[in-house]
Amino acid sequence: MSLITYINLVIIPMLSLSGLLVFFRFMRGPSIPDRVVALDLLITIGIGFIACFCIIYDKSVFLDIAMILGLLAFLGTVAFSYYLEKIRKK
Amino acid sequence: MSQIIIATILTLGAVFVLLAAIGVVKMPDLFLRISVTTKAATLGVGLMLIGVIIHFGTFYTTTRSIAIVLFIFLTAPIGAHLIGRAAYIVGVPLWKNNRIDQLEGHYHKSTHVLHSEKVENPVLRDENEIAKDTSNVNLDPK
Repeated sequence: MSLITYINLVIIPMLSLSGLLVFFRFMRGPSIPDRVVALDLLITIGIGFIACFCIIYDKSVFLDIAMILGLLAFLGTVAFSYYLEKIRKK
Repeated sequence: MSQIIIATILTLGAVFVLLAAIGVVKMPDLFLRISVTTKAATLGVGLMLIGVIIHFGTFYTTTRSIAIVLFIFLTAPIGAHLIGRAAYIVGVPLWKNNRIDQLEGHYHKSTHVLHSEKVENPVLRDENEIAKDTSNVNLDPK
């Protein structure tokens, strides 16, 4: 069993299952910070997917996209928390 | 031989990511969810990127992967702290079995500054400032 088959049969389904679970929390989350945390975790899982596809297709160019994704996740979290603090409760 | 090492490291990383996902669904409280997500998912993705480093072994891939891992390790705690602080200030409810809230009363209501003593009463300010500030006149009906 080669490495690519192992990744296709074991690693990718595990990541997909975790993505589905996090997406469930993203849809259901009772408050806005729950959704922000779930979105952050979704992007982190996306970086894991990109690492797997790098090995499967034997191309390392995809790592640049992973870097941009990590940057965007941090930026989104900071922006959401900044504007959540500005909400004045009535 | 190196394929077995890569498969082991990738499996460990995927297991950590899966544990983080299960924790996000099962934990009862926002703050517990943050505490699960930040550590487990960061470690899982770091392990998977180490697997990429071992698979390629070139300078380009190694520097990119180490940069991504360092970036995630630096930014994940900062983002978790920021969103947790914002959630506490906004008033996200704690877990119902929670006994003690050590931050209660330590955040100033309007300026969001953390004090080391409890700030029960509205903060003492200069009279000029109070006269100028008309924004919170009619907020509290009391």
